[in-house]
Amino acid sequence: MNNVYIIGAAATPVAEHYNRTLVDLAREAFNKALNGIDPSRVGALYIGNALGGELAGQSNLGAAVASGLGLAGIEALRVEAAGASGGAALRQGYLAVASGAYDLVVVLGVEKVTDKLEEKVEASIALATDSDFEAANGVTLTSQWAMLMRRYLHEYGYEADALAPFPVNAHANGANNKGALYRFAINADKYRKAPMIASPLNMLDCSTAADGAAAVVLAAPHIASELGGARIRIAGSALASDSLALHARRDPLHFAAAQRSTAAALAQAELSLSDIDVLELTDPHGIAAAIALESCGFVERGQAARHAADGGISPTGSTPLATGGGYKARGDLLGASGVYQAVELVRQLQGEAGASQVADAKVAFAQCIGGVGTTAVTHIFVKEA
Amino acid sequence: MDLAKHWRLKGARYRLEGQRNSATGEYRFPAQDAGQDPNWETVALSGRGEVWSFSVLRQVPSGFEEFAPYPVALIKLEEGPMLTAQLTDCSEEEISIGMPVEMVTRRLSDAGEDGLLVYGYKFRPVIE
Repeated sequence: MNNVYIIGAAATPVAEHYNRTLVDLAREAFNKALNGIDPSRVGALYIGNALGGELAGQSNLGAAVASGLGLAGIEALRVEAAGASGGAALRQGYLAVASGAYDLVVVLGVEKVTDKLEEKVEASIALATDSDFEAANGVTLTSQWAMLMRRYLHEYGYEADALAPFPVNAHANGANNKGALYRFAINADKYRKAPMIASPLNMLDCSTAADGAAAVVLAAPHIASELGGARIRIAGSALASDSLALHARRDPLHFAAAQRSTAAALAQAELSLSDIDVLELTDPHGIAAAIALESCGFVERGQAARHAADGGISPTGSTPLATGGGYKARGDLLGASGVYQAVELVRQLQGEAGASQVADAKVAFAQCIGGVGTTAVTHIFVKEA
Repeated sequence: MDLAKHWRLKGARYRLEGQRNSATGEYRFPAQDAGQDPNWETVALSGRGEVWSFSVLRQVPSGFEEFAPYPVALIKLEEGPMLTAQLTDCSEEEISIGMPVEMVTRRLSDAGEDGLLVYGYKFRPVIE
């Protein structure tokens, strides 16, 4: 397989973009990421999107977005893997360039959420569960995370606010990100007083789904050399799946797909977890980040909450997390999230992350998860001199 | 609401039909394609188990507005499998991890545009 480089990355601000369509958002991210590269050089377009049909009222997004960008004619398609759609699209773009099929492609993550009311959004997101045996019983993804949180606190003997350091860290970093949905800090006291959404998950431990688009430009080595700009190598890429229903797993507090895709991506990159300088995880709730940190092997089982409380996830910690605000403060982009993660990590590797910059970041880890641990996509990015 | 979809699930929804492996004694729910193993037999599960974890939803999906707020749980059945269901006939304060529960048949969701009434399993605290 050939080396693949990220040579451009950009995103729209995350917001309730009432005045803009899905294609409008895609166009902004696409043009910013290309940053002057002639669009006619783009060989293919991979679109990570979870709910275009349900929430934006538009499926067939390959043709819809390509024609909206003036690129009708090229290979273009939507990649859907629920909340992991963006990471899955990135992997498809990576494979397309690594295989030699194309020497320049664009991976676009886009989600248009806010045209629909909250109940419809919740029901659409719940389509990622087992529709006959989970969603049919009124379960949502948020309530599944809540059940894992309650069990986690019970098994490891933590207090109710033990996971507060995750959203507190996310908001502290989001305040430094001009593109974030929420640019204010919170604290543990506010966390304790927040009203419940799905007990024990409260409002300050639940992400907000919002609109946005992010894009990365992937290129073969000779194109990367010709065009200059960022030179971030995709050193590892892996996707793994688990049983659709949460209740079907023997150990629901461990995400086998997260562990498996992490191991595969690290093996390909010939790196270990201790080489990772900065990371992005699917962290709509503290419990999601905690289970991922443990399942991937960054910390021991049951230790993630303690690790976060000890400062381990801050920009100066051993596993800097959510430096752009994470899902909680940057905003939850559903199927576009995996591409937003890549954009944030490119910012880190380029040393452009301002007050949330991780010093001397050279190796970055992105993992996005669809459903509650059902699909996990892991990428390793390495900055080359 | 899809009539045929709910009809296909009537064994699981009304009788908690799963499977037992006559060679190993293992149970599973819901029933799956038996594949090459002839030992999986259809059986109705006892409907008794305990709460592994639970949550009370206040932000609910469309189709469930009339029940809000409502508790959902992961329930470990006494035969071994785990399933997901709503809890009923109890207040939030009464629910705890490990609480014994039993299956009852209740209406699952709003009638929806086509007026279909969908019934299935929920679980309530065991009445001593």
